[in-house]
Amino acid sequence: MSDLLTAEALAAGYGPVPVLHGVDLTVAPGTIAAVIGANGAGKTTLLRTLSGMLRPTAGRILLDGRDLRGTPVEQLVRRGVAHVPEGRGVIGELTVEENLRLGALWRRDRADGVRALDEVYQLFEPLARRRRHLGHQLSGGERQMLALGRALVSRPRLLLLDEPSLGLAPRVVAQTMALLRQLRDDTGLTVLLVEQNVRSALAVADQGIVMSLGRVALAAPADRLRDDADLRHAYLGF
Amino acid sequence: MDRFLFLTLDGLSRGAVYAAFALALVLIWRAGRIVNFAQGAMAVAAAYVAYSVTAATGSYWLGFVAALVAGLLLGAVVDVAVMRLVDHRSPLNPVIVALGLVLLIHAVLGMVYGNEYLPAQTPFSRTALTVGGLAVLSPYDLFVFATVGVVGAALVWIFTRTAIGLRMRAAAFAPEVSRLLGVNVSGMLTLGWALASGVGALAGMLVIPTELGLHPHAMDLVFVSAFTAAVVGGLDSPPGAVVGGLGVGLLLSYVSGYAGGDLIPLAVLALLLAVLLLRPGGLFAPVTARRV
Repeated sequence: MSDLLTAEALAAGYGPVPVLHGVDLTVAPGTIAAVIGANGAGKTTLLRTLSGMLRPTAGRILLDGRDLRGTPVEQLVRRGVAHVPEGRGVIGELTVEENLRLGALWRRDRADGVRALDEVYQLFEPLARRRRHLGHQLSGGERQMLALGRALVSRPRLLLLDEPSLGLAPRVVAQTMALLRQLRDDTGLTVLLVEQNVRSALAVADQGIVMSLGRVALAAPADRLRDDADLRHAYLGF
Repeated sequence: MDRFLFLTLDGLSRGAVYAAFALALVLIWRAGRIVNFAQGAMAVAAAYVAYSVTAATGSYWLGFVAALVAGLLLGAVVDVAVMRLVDHRSPLNPVIVALGLVLLIHAVLGMVYGNEYLPAQTPFSRTALTVGGLAVLSPYDLFVFATVGVVGAALVWIFTRTAIGLRMRAAAFAPEVSRLLGVNVSGMLTLGWALASGVGALAGMLVIPTELGLHPHAMDLVFVSAFTAAVVGGLDSPPGAVVGGLGVGLLLSYVSGYAGGDLIPLAVLALLLAVLLLRPGGLFAPVTARRV
């Protein structure tokens, strides 16, 4: 099967400071890829470049074989890409319901938007109980649900997640990872997640992508990274 | 007591206009963190469009509609052609540019229409109706209340009940996240400018005939009063703008009625100073924790 997402020799940075120096990666449809690596390896920059928030200085991004260059950020959701940014991007001044509705606004099919909202409320019951609460009234775990739920409302094919485990209790992290696996198995969702928490990321992922200093140092099946002690020592340091 | 009642009603009528104008300032502030100091000049420009249309067609209402349309368009043009090109990293930059815009609009209006007062008509009588021997509101006052009420209700409806309003709020609160969710953020900002400028034009149309008439500087003092009203209410708060507008209208009516009309500019500035000193966030500002 052809790959859903491909990056070829992708380079990007902030102003004159280059961060990514030619990243190559592929993600097959219906799989979970975990991008891991030390702080400053360029993981978040990679996600921001993939979702168009940062313009690549060189290289290509292909979604379903079609070049994404020149696609404005706000069009990407229409191509089936949902990006849950660092800090998760819940809009604190809007209610839970409004945050979720935002995820469905771009669709023409309003009825399906309503259905998508109902599905998310079923998936995350606490959100249903707090529809009218403002985003900043939520706990960390609820924000995580809201951010994920808002991304799912747009019925993405590709979900980009930046540090879903950040600042959350281990139990919530485990729930999140289990949910991602469930979505992959049930709906064929493709996930690219960036994680500091290597163990929980590799536990759920199909593919591990180790980044170092703005390059992909190693891309391997996640179980190999998990089980091969030499590989783990060499690339992950534990 | 009659006089007090008269001054109160007159103050509320003027205050309704200040409220609308303050609302326009709040709209732009919320959308783009800019205090639009050109709001008054833009409203005057729209009023001149109304003057031309009314002069050509003989219809007040065609002129009225033309002013609203001109206001909407002018707001969009100012955003796209001017404000978007300004570096917003320093909050002073858009302020200076807005002041430059004021000079430009005043100069152009003066060149085209002259710097004399032109008569501005009202669609309804400004003679107060008497109820039981008491002079109360004029038909025009009622028109002002109704218009401002309808516009306020329409804004509330747009922002809280429609998809476009949700997009506009989201774009203002979290532009980057909104783009990821498919919101055309710069389009929403332009729409915010258009709406605000349209509301400003409406306020201009309502207030100019109650003053000396149409003149490039006709909105200068109104702008200061409405800006004060917006600051009193808190620049972030639409209900605050309405309450602030009504309050400033009342205050100015009492000052001019009991102490003399010459003191109005002084009273406005004194109020602005007092609010900035005592409660710079405005009366309706959300309470924010301050780390000491």
